[in-house]
Amino acid sequence: MGAEALLKLHHLHLELPTGTALLEDVSLTVKRGDALGVVGESGSGKSLTAMSVMGLLPGLKASGSIRFEGRELLGMKDREWRRLRGAGMAMIFQDPMTAFLPVRSIGAQIDEQIRLHEPVSRREARARTVALLGRMGVPDPEAAAKRYPHQLSGGLRQRAMIAMALSCGPALLIADEPTTALDVTVQAQILTLLCEIRDSGAGVMLITHDMGVVAQTCTHVAVVYSGLVVEQGPVAAVMALPLHPYTQALLEAIPPLDGPRPDALPTIPGRPPTPDARPEGCVFAPRCRYVRPDCAVRPALREPEEGRRVACVLYNA
Amino acid sequence: MIRSLASRTGQMLLVIFGISVLVFCIFFATPGADPTARIAGRGASPQVVERIRAEYGFDRPLPVQYVKMMEKLFVSRDLTSFVNHGQRVVPEVLQAAPVTLSLVLWAAFFWVSGSLVFGIASAVLRDSWVDRLLMVLGLIGLSMPVFWLGEVVNLVTQSRWHDTFLFRWVPPLGYVPFSQSPWGWAKALFLPSLTLAVCFIGLYARVLRSELLTAMGEDSIRTARAKGAGPVRVWLWHGLRLSWLSYISLFGLDFAQLLGGGALLTEVVFAMPGVGRLTYQALATLDLPLIMATVMYAAVFVVIANALVDGLYALLDPRIMEGRHGR
Repeated sequence: MGAEALLKLHHLHLELPTGTALLEDVSLTVKRGDALGVVGESGSGKSLTAMSVMGLLPGLKASGSIRFEGRELLGMKDREWRRLRGAGMAMIFQDPMTAFLPVRSIGAQIDEQIRLHEPVSRREARARTVALLGRMGVPDPEAAAKRYPHQLSGGLRQRAMIAMALSCGPALLIADEPTTALDVTVQAQILTLLCEIRDSGAGVMLITHDMGVVAQTCTHVAVVYSGLVVEQGPVAAVMALPLHPYTQALLEAIPPLDGPRPDALPTIPGRPPTPDARPEGCVFAPRCRYVRPDCAVRPALREPEEGRRVACVLYNA
Repeated sequence: MIRSLASRTGQMLLVIFGISVLVFCIFFATPGADPTARIAGRGASPQVVERIRAEYGFDRPLPVQYVKMMEKLFVSRDLTSFVNHGQRVVPEVLQAAPVTLSLVLWAAFFWVSGSLVFGIASAVLRDSWVDRLLMVLGLIGLSMPVFWLGEVVNLVTQSRWHDTFLFRWVPPLGYVPFSQSPWGWAKALFLPSLTLAVCFIGLYARVLRSELLTAMGEDSIRTARAKGAGPVRVWLWHGLRLSWLSYISLFGLDFAQLLGGGALLTEVVFAMPGVGRLTYQALATLDLPLIMATVMYAAVFVVIANALVDGLYALLDPRIMEGRHGR
C-alpha cells in the first residue's frame, strides 16, 4: 500500500550502561497496512526492539536510527516522544491482567488515554470508550467499562487492552506477545482482530515466538536471534523456503499436522549466547549445522532475492 | 453490602467482648490478690473495702463480677475512682478524649504530608544524595525517643529561646479547647503534634519509598507510560494508586493505637490532659478503675479504627471486596 515506510529501524544498537550490547544490529521496516511478525526465542531481543520504538527504555543507550512517519525518534525530547506514545503508536502487552492497573475500572483507564491526548470532556471520552469496546466485540460495553480488570475474562481483558491501544487512532500498533497468556480459541479471536486492524490501514508489529501466529496474522516476518535480525521477508516466501539455517531449524521444530508422527521433534542443540558472550562472527555459528571457516566473520544482511534479506555466508554471491 | 456491614459490626462486637473479658480477667481474676483492696487503693478503711466488695459483687461468682463491671463501665457509667476521692471515671475519660483526638489528628496531618513528600522525593531521586539524605534523616527521626525530643523542644521553645522572635508565639504548656479559641488550639497543638509525628514521618517515608519503587516495576506502570502519561502522572496517579495500600493499613493501626493512649509520652511531656496522660496518672497511683476504663476505651478505638481502615481498603482496591486479594 503506502510506499513510504511507516516505521524504519536502521542498524538499531542498544547497550547497557556497562557497555554490554543487548541489540547488536536490528533493521526492520513496517509499512502501512502491513503486519510484521518479529520472531525469536526468549532473550533474543524482540521485546527490547518493541520497547525501544516506544521509547520506554530509559537508562539504555540506543544508537542507529528509528524513523517513524519520516521523523527520527532517537534523540527526540521525552516530551515529544510522550505525545507520540499512545497517539501515533500504541502498544499492547502480553498479560492483560497485570498490564492494566488493577485498582481502576477498565473504562477509566481507556478514558485516561483519550484525555491525555485529546481535549475532550469526560463524557465524550467515555462515549468513545464504550464505542471502542463495542467495536472490539466486548458484549455490553457500557457495563464492561465500569468493571475492574480482575472481573473480566482474559480474552475480554485483551480486547479492552486493544481498545485502549486503538483509542487515539495510532498509525502503528505494537503487540508484544498479545496471545501468550490466552487459550487457543481466544487467541484465534484476538488474532482475527489484529488482522482487521491491519486491513484498516494501520501498521502492526507483532512480537511473538510462535511461527503459527505469524503465519496466521502477518504479511512479513523478521527473525531475530541474539540481538540481530538474521532473516527478513514476506511470510509466505519465508515459510515456503527459509533461507537462514536458524529459520530452517525453527520451522522444522514445528510438529507436522499430517503424515507419520515423528518420535522426537528436531531441536537446535546448544543454547542462544548471552549478550556478554556473543561470538565475534556469525552469532548462530556455534549451533549451526552448516558452519564453515568464513562464519568467523559476521555476515551482513544481504538481499539475495527481491524483498528478502538474510545474514548468512551461504548466500554470499 | 448491608450484610457485610452487619457481619463486620458483629465481628467488632465479638472482638470488643473478647478484649473486655481478657482485661477483666487480668485485673480481677488473677489469683492471689484481692481486687477489692486494689480498687480501694492503699490504706483504705475497712468500711470502704466492705462497701466496694458489696458494690462490685466481689463476694459473688466471676461472671456476675464481670457483668457488674461492664454495667458500671458502659451502662450506668458510674465507675468511681477511690484513689481520687470519688471521681467518676468514665466522664473523665470522655473529657480527655477530644484532647487526644486533636493531638493525634494534627500529628497524622503532619506525618502523612511529611512522609508523602519525603517518600515520593526519595523514590523519584532514588540512589541520589537527596534520597540518602532523606533516608538518613528518616532513620534519625525514627530512632529519637519521643519523650527526649519533646523535652528538648520544650527546653528550646519554652525557656532557652522563648524570648527570641522564633518562639515568642509558643504558648505555655497545656491544651486550649477548640471551642474556646481555634487559633490558640492550633498554636497549643503545633509543637506537640509535630514532635509526635517525627518518628512516624521517618517510618512512613521509608515504607512509601520501598512500596513505590516496587510498584514502579509493575507492568501496569509500563502500560501507563506507553499510553503517553508524563512522569508526574505516572508517579503520583498510577504509582501511588498501587503502593498506598500497605501505607494505609499501617496508618490505620498507628492512628488507632495513638488515639487509644499511645501518645502517652507526648501528652505527659507537653502536659496535655489527654487519654494517655490519664493512663499515666492512673498507673502512677494504681487507680484500678481508671486503668480499666482507659484500657477498654483504647481497645474500642483500635477496633473501630481497624474496621474503618478495612472499609477504606475495600473502596481503594476493588479486588478486596470480592475476597481475592493479590494478583
